[in-house]
Amino acid sequence: MFLVPDPVVRFFHRMASPPHFYRFTERLMPWLVVIFLLLTATGLYGGLYLAPADYQQGDSYRIIYIHVPSAWMSLFIYVVMAIAGAIGLVWRIKLAEIVAISSAPIGASFTFIALFTGSLWGKPMWGTWWVWDARLTSELILLFLYLGVIGLYGAIDDKRVASKAVAILALVGVVNIPIIHYSVEWWNTLHQGPTVTKMDKPSIHVTMLIPLLLMALSFNVYYLIALILRVRVELLQRERNTQWVKYRILENRQ
Amino acid sequence: MSLSRAFFAIIRRDLVLALRRRSEVANPLLFFVLVITLFPLGIGAQPKLLQAIAPGIIWVSALLAAMLSLDSLFRSDFDDGSLEQILLSPHPASVLILGKIIAHWLVTGLPLLIVAPLLAVFLGMPTHSLGILLLTLLLGTPVLSLIGAIGVALTVGLRRGGMILSLLVLPLYVPVLIFASNAVEMASSGLPVSAQINILISILFMALVLAPWPTAAALKMSIN
Amino acid sequence: MEIKPGYRLEGDDLSCIRDDRVLFEELAFELVPGQVLLLEGKNGSGKTSLLRILCGFREPDTGQVYWCGDAINDSQYYADMAYVGHLDGVKKELTVLENLKVSLALGRPGQYSIQQALNKVHLVNYEDVLVQALSAGQKRRLSLARLLITQNIVWILDEPFTSLDKQGIMLIESLMSEHCAKGGMIVLTSHHDIDLHGVDVQRINLP
Repeated sequence: MFLVPDPVVRFFHRMASPPHFYRFTERLMPWLVVIFLLLTATGLYGGLYLAPADYQQGDSYRIIYIHVPSAWMSLFIYVVMAIAGAIGLVWRIKLAEIVAISSAPIGASFTFIALFTGSLWGKPMWGTWWVWDARLTSELILLFLYLGVIGLYGAIDDKRVASKAVAILALVGVVNIPIIHYSVEWWNTLHQGPTVTKMDKPSIHVTMLIPLLLMALSFNVYYLIALILRVRVELLQRERNTQWVKYRILENRQ
Repeated sequence: MSLSRAFFAIIRRDLVLALRRRSEVANPLLFFVLVITLFPLGIGAQPKLLQAIAPGIIWVSALLAAMLSLDSLFRSDFDDGSLEQILLSPHPASVLILGKIIAHWLVTGLPLLIVAPLLAVFLGMPTHSLGILLLTLLLGTPVLSLIGAIGVALTVGLRRGGMILSLLVLPLYVPVLIFASNAVEMASSGLPVSAQINILISILFMALVLAPWPTAAALKMSIN
Repeated sequence: MEIKPGYRLEGDDLSCIRDDRVLFEELAFELVPGQVLLLEGKNGSGKTSLLRILCGFREPDTGQVYWCGDAINDSQYYADMAYVGHLDGVKKELTVLENLKVSLALGRPGQYSIQQALNKVHLVNYEDVLVQALSAGQKRRLSLARLLITQNIVWILDEPFTSLDKQGIMLIESLMSEHCAKGGMIVLTSHHDIDLHGVDVQRINLP
């Protein structure tokens, strides 16, 4: 395409060809699982055991090792979804369409986890399960945006058309998210004054920070694993009439 | 220019159609009034309480009324094939679609402004905030039509698109709701509201420029 | 007004898959001025899908449609084509005249004025009648009048003869012959056998 050197385009088209992707990810998967397990184990060990207790919040702050990476992932995945959708719309790459829609349930799950852990953390901190805190409210709206994407995809029968719809919606959403975020923050400061405490303090101790970053990495790898599994299933379903899928199934049966 | 001729022809056509199908215009308006009268019945008619929540009630009801009216935006054109003809026109679809959205706002959004003073009186809003209420409605309701058009374009081909439409559209309405109702609230207490109004103006311009593109793309997808 | 030669509509390696069923594949054709392409086949054979691909509504699963050598979305195609589908595309709350005026504003003025076109399709004196008061055949003739008032080269017609009586069918056939004689092209589906004298008719039979 324009501005992109030819070998790069060819590389992407090759990578994006369903049989190639299927074979490649099959070999990649065990490595990813190992990396994920290592990262999670060290991250949790560092976060739950090595890191000191907070002088104000005691041990209950440790939920940030789940909450904060989930909140990061929830936004990150929405952006990935929009970018993949745009690539699918512009270059008509089937794999990009599938990546976009397969990301949605994973992103929604991370959003839900962020909300859930936020409310768990809120109980000892604020004395109630739910406060209309700016971050939590933004996360809640983000969850609605994800549910909209998933609902729209489910409602349209022709899946190629549905992928297009999802791509358009994700792009509209990604333009709106900063505006929504900003408006919610504005609303929050006006109605409640500054929030009592913030989840991630500006000066976090390094023994707390390293496990947090490890957990963030581990969540990223988890996303990759879940995404690949979903994409593989969706690929098989969509390409069920093609030779390579038939061949694969016959091969497995023997 | 022939593009502007096509643009105005579409607006004119939709206005004539609305005139000949008056109930479709009246319904969202009645809904708007009805929802607002339900609130005093539901929460009690203490003037202080009503006055405090009036901006929020009026704006939430406006959101719901706007959403309810969206279905008529493309439905009949989709059903009788006119939409195909519009999209096959050599003129850019996004401009023609913008014409349709403007016509739709004129018949469903603008009337809300006319009844809003009445409702403000019902809810005991101070008279000096009325001007700001009308201004926010004038700036905010077109945004509701523009953003809603994207959602309805995505769902017009579905048999049961109504539920999913609210899921798609309402989260995107949040900024308008926040800035508009906040402006009215501030105005009631005599505080300056220029920041909110400026933000609403910029949201309106962004929506005017950006929303017709995905709407046209989504309509092309829907008629396939 | 004569249409210049040199226009051509091509389909290359077109295929369409619907719900796991291959409707057609590796379909190719080339249409030049003066020719008619008639799509035949039973219900569900993909005739309408092919027409909608030619309109650009639907994307082919493989292949591409070209107008004068360029992919239709990158060309002047939409300024040169007109479509009458299975839906009439007229608004029933508007009068005959109002409907045609909108169509005219959406396209470019063509060879006939609205009056001449109404005359051709035998709808004179119906200008101010609401479309909902017209019969099915009259509505069809009205939507075909659209083809005459705008400037176009390719007509794409989905079952143009439905709900028309014998006279109506003859009328449409004469309009089609006239369009081809001027160098226009037509793609249509039809259950009826068409009777066009001296027109080069290509047939695609979809199984």
